Amino acid sequence: MHRRSGRLFGENRLGAPDPHLFLYDLREMGISRSVRLSRIVKTPDNFVKCALFICSSLTVFFVFLVIVFILSSSVPALKELGFKNVFFSTKWSPNVSAPLKGNYGILAFLNGTILTTIGALILGAPLGVGTAVFIDEYAPVWLKGLVFRGVEIIAGIPSVVIGWFGLTLLVPMIAEITNTSGYGMFAASLVLALMVVPTITTLSFEALQAVPEDIHDASVALGATRWQTVSRVLLPASLRGIAAAVILGMCRAIGETMAVQMVIGNARQLTFNPLTRTSTLTTRIVTDMGESHGVFRSALFAQGLVLLIFSAVLIIIVRAALKGRALSQ
Amino acid sequence: MRVDGVSVQCGFELMEKLECRLGVHNLSVYYDDFKALENINLLIPCKRITAFIGPSGCGKSTLLRCFNRMNDLVPGSYVEGSIFFDGTDIFSDNYDVTELRRKVGMVFQKPNPFPKTVYENVAYGPKIAGIKKKAVLDEIVERSLKRAALWDEVKDKLHSSALRLSGGQQQRLCIARALAVEPEIILLDEPCSALDPIATQRIEDLLVELAEKYTIIIVTHNMQQAARISHFTAFMMIEEHGDPGRIIEFGETSYIFTNPDNEKTERYITGRFG
Repeated sequence: MHRRSGRLFGENRLGAPDPHLFLYDLREMGISRSVRLSRIVKTPDNFVKCALFICSSLTVFFVFLVIVFILSSSVPALKELGFKNVFFSTKWSPNVSAPLKGNYGILAFLNGTILTTIGALILGAPLGVGTAVFIDEYAPVWLKGLVFRGVEIIAGIPSVVIGWFGLTLLVPMIAEITNTSGYGMFAASLVLALMVVPTITTLSFEALQAVPEDIHDASVALGATRWQTVSRVLLPASLRGIAAAVILGMCRAIGETMAVQMVIGNARQLTFNPLTRTSTLTTRIVTDMGESHGVFRSALFAQGLVLLIFSAVLIIIVRAALKGRALSQ
Repeated sequence: MRVDGVSVQCGFELMEKLECRLGVHNLSVYYDDFKALENINLLIPCKRITAFIGPSGCGKSTLLRCFNRMNDLVPGSYVEGSIFFDGTDIFSDNYDVTELRRKVGMVFQKPNPFPKTVYENVAYGPKIAGIKKKAVLDEIVERSLKRAALWDEVKDKLHSSALRLSGGQQQRLCIARALAVEPEIILLDEPCSALDPIATQRIEDLLVELAEKYTIIIVTHNMQQAARISHFTAFMMIEEHGDPGRIIEFGETSYIFTNPDNEKTERYITGRFG
C-alpha cells in the first residue's frame, strides 16, 4: 500500500475504503484507464442482480397472465351456456356460423383424458418404477449406463414421432388383433405409457438413490435377499419420491396432445370402451381451435381451465409428498 | 503358539480350551487393482470378544466385512484364500450367503435403524426369515430388546418411529435387530464412534454381557475400549500408504497390551505412532 498524506491508498483518514479517494489516488498515479475499468467492475454485480430479478419477475408475471387469460376467456362459455351444460354434458356439437346454437359439453373429453391417463399409468408406472429399481439395485455397471442412455433417448424423442410410430405400427396391430379400427384410448394409453416412462424412471431412480446406503446394508446384513431389501426397505423408504415421480408422469400424460391426437380417433363421443374412437381435452382443443370463435372458442378455453386445475392440483400433491419426505428423513 | 505365521500369544492351555469355529486362512482382499488385505490368518475364539485395532485405513473394517461377505456389495472387490465357518469355506461357490448373514449379524458404525417403528425394526430379520405369527414375533421382539438392554426404555413406544430414539438407543436397537435373527457371531464396526461416553459405556457393558452367549468381533479405534472389553486383540497395520493391511500381532488382550511381542504393536499401543 502506498502511503499518501497520512492515509493508506484508497482509504480515508479513518481507514475505511473510499471509492472516491481510490479513483483520486489512481488518477494521481496517472492510471486513468483503470479508473474507468474500476467503475465497470463495480457495476456488474448490481447489473446481474437487476437482470435476474427481471427474469424471475417476468416468469411469475407470465404465469399470472396465462391464468388470468384462461380464466377470463372461459367465463363467456360458463356464463352463456351454464356450468352444467359445459362440465356435465357429453354433447359437443359446435355451430360455427352461430356459436350460441351449438352444444359444448366437455364431459366426454374429460372422460377421455382421465381414462387414457389412468391407462398410461397402469402400463407406464410399473415399467418406469421397475426400470428404476433394476438400475438402482440389480444392473451391473455397464448395463446401468446402457439403460440410462435408452431412457434418455426415449425422453428426447419428439412426441409427433412417437405418435407417428403409434399410428403406423400400434394402431394397425391393435386393429388386426381386436378386429376394430384400432384407434381409441388403448392406443393412446400405449403411446402415453412410452412417454411417461422416462419421467417416472429418472425421478424414481433419484428417490431410490436418496435412501441412505446404510439402511440398505443393514437389510442385507440381516440376511435379506435383494428383492426383500427392495420391497421391504428401499421402496417403502422412497415411497413419497416415487409417488411424486408417478404424479409428474401423470402431468405429462394429461398434457400430451400430439401423439394422442394421432392415435385416439378424435370422435366426439363418451365411451368407456378403450377400442372406440374418442377424444381427450387436449386433442379436442387442437382439433377444433382453427374454426372456433365466440362461445365455441370460450368452451375450448374452459377445457384449458380444467387442464390447468388438474396440473395445479397435481403439483400441489407433489410438493406435499416431497415435503413430507424431507421431514421423514 | 503360532497359527499359520501369526504369533498367537495366548498360551496353549487357553487356546486349547477355547472352541474356534471361525478361521481365516491366507486371506487377501482386493478392490480392483488395490490390495487391501494380505495373507490374513486368524482364529476367532467362540463366545469371546475379539477386537481388531490399528491405525485408520489398515483394513480392519474390510476384514470384518469379510466374515458376512458384505464386501460382495463393493463392485470390483474379490478375495483370495478362505474363511472357514464350521468347516466350510464361506467363499466357496454355492455357499448360501443369506444364510451366512443370518448366522453372522452385523452392527454398523453409525446407528442405522430402518425408518420404521421400533417393533418393525426388530421384527425385520425374523420376518424376512419367514416367521409370520404375531405371537412369535412379539416374543422375539421383547426378548431381543431385553437382551440389548433397551426393553425398559422403549416398551411403551414400540410402535413409534425408531428415528425418534437417541443415538445410543438407536445403536442398541440395531444390536437388538441383529440379535433377533439368533446369530452365532456378531460383528461390530466401531459401534460407539458416533456415541457419547455414557451411551458408549452402556454398549460396552452390553457387549460383555452378550459375550456369554455370542462370539463377538469388534473393530475399534479406541484402544481403551479394546483393552476394557475384549478377550483377544488383533493388531493390524499397513507399512506404507498403498500397501495392503496385515495382522502384525494377535493374542490375548492382556498380553497384547502389557507385553507385546512386536515392537510395532508396542509403539502403537503406547501411542507413539498411528
